[in-house]
Amino acid sequence: MLRIACPYCGRRAQAEFVFERALDAILPLDETPVAAVEHLFARDNPKGWSWELWRHTAGCGAWLKLHRHTVTHQIAAVETLGASAQDAGE
Amino acid sequence: MTGARRPVGGLIDRSRTLAFTFDGAPYEGHRGDTLASALLANGVRLLGRSFKYHRPRGILAAGVEEPSALVEVGVGGRFEPNTRATDLFLYDGLTARSQNRWPSLALDVGAVLGAFGRFLPAGFYYKAFLGKPDLWKIYEHFIRRAAGLGRPPREPDPDPYDHQAAFCDVLVVGAGPSGLAAALAASTTGARVMLVEQDERLGGALLRETARLDGVTPDRWIARTRKTLAARGVRILTRATAVGYWDHDLVTIAERLIEPGQSPVRDAPAQRLWRVRAEQVVLATGAIERPLPFEHNDRPGVMLAQAVRSYVGRFGVLPGARTVIATSHDDAYRTAFAVADAGGQVAAILDSRPAGDRPIVRDAMARFPVRFEAEVLRAQGGAGGVRRVIARAGGQTLSFDCDLLAVSGGFSPVAHLHMQAGGALDWDPTTAAFHAGEARQHQSSTGSAAGLDDLGEVIRHGWASGASAAATLKSVGPAGAPPEVNERYPGPSHAVAALAAPAGVDPKRVFVDFQNDVTLADVDLAWREGYRSVEHLKRYTTLGMATDQGKTSNMMGLARLAANEGRPIPEVGLTTFRPPYTPVTLGVLAGHAKGFNVAPLRRPALYATHAADHPLWQPVGYWMRPRAYPRAGEDLHAAALREARTVRTALGWVDVSTLGKFEVAGPDAAALLERVCATTVGKLAVGRGRYTYMLREDGMVMDDGTVWRIGAERYLLTSSTGGADRMGHHLDYVRKVLAPQLKAAVANVQEHWAGIAVAGPRARALVAALAPALDVPRHMAAGRAMIGGVDVLVLAASYSGERAFEFYVRNPDAAVVWALVAKAGARLGGCAYGLEALEILRIEKGHVVVGGEIDGRTTPYDLGLHRMMNPLRPFVGAAALQRPALQTQAGRQQLVGLESEQPIPEGSMLVRQAPDAAEGHITAGGVRVIGDGFVALGLLHDGHARLGEALTAWSPTRARSAGVRVVAPMFYDPEGARYRD
Amino acid sequence: MKRYSTLGLLKAGLSGHRDWPRAWRDPEPRSRYDIVVIGGGGHGLATAYYLARQHGIGSVAVLERGWIGGGNTGRNTTIVRSNYRQPQLQRLLEYSLKLWEGMTQELNYNVMFSQRGAVFLGHSDSDMTRLAERGDALRAHGIDAELMTRAEVARLIPVLDMSPDARFPVQGGLIQRRGGTARHDAVAWGYARAADALGVDIIQNCEVTGFSIRGGRVEGVETTRGTIGADRVGICVAGHSGQVAGLAGLKLPIESHLLQAFVSEPIKPMIDTVIMSQSIHCYISQSDKGEIVLGGDPDLYPTYSQRGVPMRLEEVASQAIALVPALSRLRMLRSWAGTTDMSFDGSPIIGDTPIEGLYLNGGWCYGGFKATPGSGRLFAHHLAGGEAHEIAAPFALDRFARGATIDETGAGPKAQDR
Repeated sequence: MLRIACPYCGRRAQAEFVFERALDAILPLDETPVAAVEHLFARDNPKGWSWELWRHTAGCGAWLKLHRHTVTHQIAAVETLGASAQDAGE
Repeated sequence: MTGARRPVGGLIDRSRTLAFTFDGAPYEGHRGDTLASALLANGVRLLGRSFKYHRPRGILAAGVEEPSALVEVGVGGRFEPNTRATDLFLYDGLTARSQNRWPSLALDVGAVLGAFGRFLPAGFYYKAFLGKPDLWKIYEHFIRRAAGLGRPPREPDPDPYDHQAAFCDVLVVGAGPSGLAAALAASTTGARVMLVEQDERLGGALLRETARLDGVTPDRWIARTRKTLAARGVRILTRATAVGYWDHDLVTIAERLIEPGQSPVRDAPAQRLWRVRAEQVVLATGAIERPLPFEHNDRPGVMLAQAVRSYVGRFGVLPGARTVIATSHDDAYRTAFAVADAGGQVAAILDSRPAGDRPIVRDAMARFPVRFEAEVLRAQGGAGGVRRVIARAGGQTLSFDCDLLAVSGGFSPVAHLHMQAGGALDWDPTTAAFHAGEARQHQSSTGSAAGLDDLGEVIRHGWASGASAAATLKSVGPAGAPPEVNERYPGPSHAVAALAAPAGVDPKRVFVDFQNDVTLADVDLAWREGYRSVEHLKRYTTLGMATDQGKTSNMMGLARLAANEGRPIPEVGLTTFRPPYTPVTLGVLAGHAKGFNVAPLRRPALYATHAADHPLWQPVGYWMRPRAYPRAGEDLHAAALREARTVRTALGWVDVSTLGKFEVAGPDAAALLERVCATTVGKLAVGRGRYTYMLREDGMVMDDGTVWRIGAERYLLTSSTGGADRMGHHLDYVRKVLAPQLKAAVANVQEHWAGIAVAGPRARALVAALAPALDVPRHMAAGRAMIGGVDVLVLAASYSGERAFEFYVRNPDAAVVWALVAKAGARLGGCAYGLEALEILRIEKGHVVVGGEIDGRTTPYDLGLHRMMNPLRPFVGAAALQRPALQTQAGRQQLVGLESEQPIPEGSMLVRQAPDAAEGHITAGGVRVIGDGFVALGLLHDGHARLGEALTAWSPTRARSAGVRVVAPMFYDPEGARYRD
Repeated sequence: MKRYSTLGLLKAGLSGHRDWPRAWRDPEPRSRYDIVVIGGGGHGLATAYYLARQHGIGSVAVLERGWIGGGNTGRNTTIVRSNYRQPQLQRLLEYSLKLWEGMTQELNYNVMFSQRGAVFLGHSDSDMTRLAERGDALRAHGIDAELMTRAEVARLIPVLDMSPDARFPVQGGLIQRRGGTARHDAVAWGYARAADALGVDIIQNCEVTGFSIRGGRVEGVETTRGTIGADRVGICVAGHSGQVAGLAGLKLPIESHLLQAFVSEPIKPMIDTVIMSQSIHCYISQSDKGEIVLGGDPDLYPTYSQRGVPMRLEEVASQAIALVPALSRLRMLRSWAGTTDMSFDGSPIIGDTPIEGLYLNGGWCYGGFKATPGSGRLFAHHLAGGEAHEIAAPFALDRFARGATIDETGAGPKAQDR
């Protein structure tokens, strides 16, 4: 089980977090249908280092960018994304 | 004599006598005994039968690696099969039974299989019973009964189990000499240290040795060390096995608070699973001694040399009167001294190496016959055990009468946890052993787990490992020095590889895996047939797949494979070690999550209020909601129909508290909602609301609800109960990830606000009565009222098709408002209604529901919701909805209404005529609340174009069907006239 | 191929089993084949077998990076059934189930296909309605399914917790009597042996490192054992489809996740059927060896590690005990994890890729084992003739772009929602 260093809460067990998607799988709202479909259904699915979006759902609710290795599970970086925990609205 | 308790010695408490039974016969042992040592003390050495050939099985080992001595222990709900007698500490009243034998251990009919062994080689089943599956079913019936070991438990487990999390700087796994030294060193630095040991005593190998540490005997040194560690705040767990080393230095530890089959002190847990997160882990997990390959090496009376020493030294039991020792290293010589010092006779030491000149060898030669370059060829005897050993040395065949054959083919370091943690293994060709190599997590290995075998070195290395683990966290080094070791025969054991069977022995009689009856011949056969990868070998022969997980067998099998391949062992490879290191009960894995706690149960704020009315309950996800409030003599259906009719004709009220509810506020609140909702929101006037639905990213309808503008920059969004958690996540994703520029905040108020819906032609009158000051809002308008002193948000929304209102109040106020509604409502001829009536009403009105028509596969077009779609399409899912197969309406499953004079079975298939292929199905079946006949909603292939068709709703599994007509999915008040006052 | 028979076994027993030949050869790869199948799991080996058997194409190689059957073929809970809800999946899995029924005889290798029945338990009225719907859908397509009452379930599985106040009380069930389990390794070995006998080269320890593609057409593969030319190449590497397809520059609607499972120590017969549940994602069966085989939800994040999180096993244990309380005193003996190709609608992908001559069979999520024979035979059909079999046609890769997805659970494109 991973231990993820939430910038707001400190190191917490993976059980508190949910994986949302690979960063490059975030589909912007303004993409054209053709680009969106391409974007939605074509994945790198990397075996190795990957940038991912996780959410500290059972913690502060923050969205976090993880730089994580999909084989060794090492986590090289955890960064915040957009709004911080303080205005998470929950 | 076939083994007996010595009059003195050992670490057992002779003042405490414990009574136990084995196969019904009463025996006595002492506190500190294992079942194995107590049985040996009583002269019992046939404990069970092997898996396949039902060969007699005794005791091979003195620890968790035991493959043979498995028993059933305990009774009733505490019955545990396959329990290792060597890892089961005696308690008063222990009940054990041998297993895999019938009718009795001595007279086992299954043993006849042994005689047919030549016809049952590895892979036998793949080549036999090559008929049709129904024939296999018959064979399988008998094969299954012959397979398996113990009998299955039959009763629920009465005991509680516990889970506990812990954090530490240094976790030391194993409290043998290296582990204790590591804990001592680490604990002097102020680091938080945790020490776990699978045995009930600390000490590991020291418990059988006679060395002096810091000038005292091992047991005194262990006691002193324990005191020291405890004083330094080291958390010490015994009977606690580290079973899994997971990612990011999480170690799971299964702790036995009582022994298998034992009754716990009232309400105390039987076992506890620890999840320990450590900064550094020192693996001092020891090594496992290997048997030797010779014919009938599986007979009772063949025992590992260190195990013999354990029984003599620790348990005060001499497992045999006359012992032959066969070894490939010096360590087993200590066993000879221990046996002789305890009054046993050593018939011979058979050493596979050339003659040596070390003190331990010299001293042994002075006392016992020692033969060098000697190899055991076979162990002769019967079910009672070994009677004679045939060996070969210097071209001579030797024969020794004996009743105990102590063997040692060297040691396999316990690198399981290291490998689970992603660590690599290093190969030592001299000793033919893998030991822990490069680490991937924060682990280090020490002691015999690291391949060391000199006690002094083990202790110094352990100390250094503990010190360096702590040094990564604390700037201070360890205080003091490692313990001084004084041994009569210091130095390494000069082990050599001893994995190959002597030339000329019959490989069919040389066992590799004692529990699964895998022989060298099986390994050879697998190789010959091309099952040459180590994984193929394992899977084809079942080598190493028994309950001991191959702890004593893997290396011998691997060596044979390598020899066949003509390659060195490390090139042939090793199967991967996975959790658990030793088997753990499902009970302790589950912990508290048993019985009713296996899944959470959510109770809405009004739960207690409803409970007083004794409704029928319905689980909705994790929620418990009233399904109907039956009166005397009513069943569910009658109650629900009465409730629905009351709503249609007068008034009803229902608890809708579990709906998803989100407050969205800020200057961009509408813009945010328009990205989540597929309908327009921006044009809503303050105080108005409308129906809405949301799409998933792939364009399918995800959820639906209502959106209300309850302030200039404030909205309330409702959504389905079942989808509320997902909707909360989705809203947060859209707000923070997709549209972070929008100035809007979202608050999930699902569990803050209770909701009560009142519906029916008299609903308006009820609102007027409860809130005389309120200007009663028209349909899809909102207002605020004080009811019974409670601030209530009143939303005029309808799910039933009647004029209706939803009251939202803070959870603590819900019961007050409910009571007032019920009181005033009763005067208006109304009643409370539950989910079943709600369902009947919504079907008749043609409202879709998440989990029914909104099944994750339907688009807005399929559900007829597209007309209200926001034409600007700024919302999630708009792009994917443009995909061609979703744009062309042909071939889709589309929402239709169905009517019939007969009940329409929910879930049944829509076919032209039974038994035609299904073209759709009934998503929800109901009745006309007022009037006669039955109505349903369904999804039908090209349904929108098929209004008027006659079909059959066919349920072959329930042997029911109904002729149905396809109609528009709205059976009640299609103009919405009833919403108007 | 030396045929296996009871008489042969007896004879071999008398001669010490010295004459059993290799079950399959260990050939050096040739420089070219008509068809190269990448992946020596059940699906790849079955594909090769049917290419040779059904289509008479003998010039076929199966390239396996490690040892055959070492991927998900040997890392599942061995359940075989066809009782799906969506018609396309029903057709695919029923086609497969029929092949299972003849597999032992056809391959002359006992795959121990045990039609002991697969039961879905229902725990509420709405569960029972959903089960009836599934059963009706199956029966309307000619596939066996029977609803069971509470009493019938209790008779069939006496160890179930039948108390009405259980957290998930059992109200009834839906059984597919033709469903059951099989010996997973035997499937790979049996297909390998039979394919080998028809001339297929099974090449282990041969990893594909690239594709030779010219003018949008595949001409062969680069491997750790040299370049191998081929007219057509089929990818059968579920778990790693994205990786191998990536070597050809393709991106797939697939994410690799992880599914764990475990077995208990072996005991005498306790559970005679396959137990699944409509409300809890936990499945229970007992192997012929006596081990209770348990599985549950996947780990819900992308990984190729084959190392799972412990809490998942704990969940499965707790759910299994909730259904069968007596399991509490059994011990988990062995756990494992497989890397699963999670496709974006939960259904497999079988068919063409944008590269001519390169075909894909993957995206099996955590349900590929049961499809092994059908998948192989349908894929062989496609590889041999260049056209999809009508049963496989709906599973084409372009269904995602078209919007014709096949979503059994309705969970949508996110693998972790499934």
